[in-house]
Amino acid sequence: MTELIEKGTWVEIYNVVLPANERAPQVPEDTQRVPLEMRVKGFLLAPAAIGEDAEIETLSGRHLRGRLAEVNPAYTHSFGSPVPELTPIGCEVRALLHEKGRMQ
Amino acid sequence: MTQESYAAIMDQRAEIMRASVDIDYEQYTTGRLAFDYERLMADTGYDIATALAVQKTTAVGKTPLVELKNITALARTVSKPGKGARIFVKDEEANPSGSFKDRRASLSVHEASKRGYSGVAAATSGNYGAAVASQAAKAGLRCIIVQEAFDSEGVVQPEIAEKTRACEAYGAEVIRLSVGPELFYMLLRVLKETGYFNASLYTPYSVLGIETLGYEIALQMQEQSGVFPDVVIATHAGGGNLTGTARGLRKAGAVNSQVIAASVDLSGLHMASDHDFNRKSFTTGHTGFSIPFTTWPDRADVPRNAARALRYMDRFVTVTQGEVFYMTQLLAELEGLERGPAGNTSLVAAFVIAQELDEGQIVVVQETEYTGAGKHPLAQLNLARQMGIDVRRGDPRDNKPGQCIIIPEHPSQLAVVNIDMEYVRRSYLHNAIKSLPEGESLSEVDLAFLAEETRISQTHVQEILNELTGKTR
Ligand SMILES: Cc1ncc(COP(=O)(O)O)c(C=O)c1O
Repeated sequence: MTELIEKGTWVEIYNVVLPANERAPQVPEDTQRVPLEMRVKGFLLAPAAIGEDAEIETLSGRHLRGRLAEVNPAYTHSFGSPVPELTPIGCEVRALLHEKGRMQ
Repeated sequence: MTQESYAAIMDQRAEIMRASVDIDYEQYTTGRLAFDYERLMADTGYDIATALAVQKTTAVGKTPLVELKNITALARTVSKPGKGARIFVKDEEANPSGSFKDRRASLSVHEASKRGYSGVAAATSGNYGAAVASQAAKAGLRCIIVQEAFDSEGVVQPEIAEKTRACEAYGAEVIRLSVGPELFYMLLRVLKETGYFNASLYTPYSVLGIETLGYEIALQMQEQSGVFPDVVIATHAGGGNLTGTARGLRKAGAVNSQVIAASVDLSGLHMASDHDFNRKSFTTGHTGFSIPFTTWPDRADVPRNAARALRYMDRFVTVTQGEVFYMTQLLAELEGLERGPAGNTSLVAAFVIAQELDEGQIVVVQETEYTGAGKHPLAQLNLARQMGIDVRRGDPRDNKPGQCIIIPEHPSQLAVVNIDMEYVRRSYLHNAIKSLPEGESLSEVDLAFLAEETRISQTHVQEILNELTGKTR
């Protein structure tokens, strides 16, 4: 049995908006080959299971249907590791300024 | 939301637009191509004083103009003696949502509110979404932002991920789409369904809201140094930033300040390509937008684009991705300003162009934007590596968008590439001819209009048109 997510939970739904063969005529070939997909977040209006059809109320108050994709989706974007090509730049230019007597 | 095909929605484009921006663009038509740009702008009722007054109510504008003394000093270590103009930056990060886009959103949201719309919508993957969401939050309006956010592998461009978060933080609904120009199709569907106001990037309200930026620069510079800036550089994409800034400078009397457009060179990468989407380390201020929009502004969502950069541009330069990342580092480490990528594009140009000018002259970079997770050189370069792009130190001239990003080894390597303005004008006129309906010809009014659009004489316009039509027919 798949677990039902409670009504009112903050979730994301997924939909295919335009299938691969119905995309705008001007899109390049590589983009033509894939569907136009959509993801929107909102509050679940009735209990539903992940992967099943669900209805949400979005932050603008609209009601949208789609496949329940994620529960309380995380913001995972970050900085990542320092980039070695950038790390020494500050030291380099400070040295240049000191050399020319320009650093206040 | 009812599902309608791409073609069915695009067929309703004109009526949906008419209802959602409430401007009758038709009445401004004066020729086959010509329209009365100044009357379109003036009829909105927003002069500078009115725009400033509206922006004051939402804490937009009045941002500091900061002299970058250490970056200027660094430019002078590599310039010829006596060269190296003073570089200033307008710290637009100080706006409520962290960029000049708050100016751009403010009048639209004000107008939507005044006209009784219940919400606003916009198609934008950038700072503008956060700005509209922020202004709408304060005005008590609902807000929907449509973004192009991820590729077919589900990889999200990190800067856009941050914009999604910001919009949601301001209480907006965010519709995230995969790669493709159909974001405008989705916007039309949303506008049709909700009856919201279209806070388009390209209405007169948007551009008039940016005029205060140029106006403030002129007055602050006068106050701080007793002169208008010699050069103002704008990071250039769709053209609103440059257009609004230049118009504002003129309205403040700074009619002799040279206005320069700077874009990141992304040549070779296709803007609607799923494959190329995450091989770009910049989401705006790049040639993928700036070349098409400069050479034909009326490709926007509204019938007449109020952002007409070619009318205001004295010079147009490109810089490379690696140079902008290098400069972002300099701004943080030499000036204590950790700022987002976009404004640093024009800062690279300023660093180079200052070296063409005398020490006593003044160059202004007209914006900064906020930085943060995703919206940062580290996030972008880590993604670039993951996408197989070669990131290395070296000579920025070896840059190849989508293949390698070259971080300069020395400030003397920073350079700009001038885009030939004659080429840009010809390209504009070529597009103008293409847009002329079959069998129609240009009138005197059109020629005068095209001369204004391209800033050359009517005779010169006619010469180029003759050449082009000789070739194309
Ligand atoms: C911070 C910032 N600077 C510059 C630009 C470019 O402005 P425009 O598209 O009006 O040329 C943008 C917009 O995308 C932006 O967000």
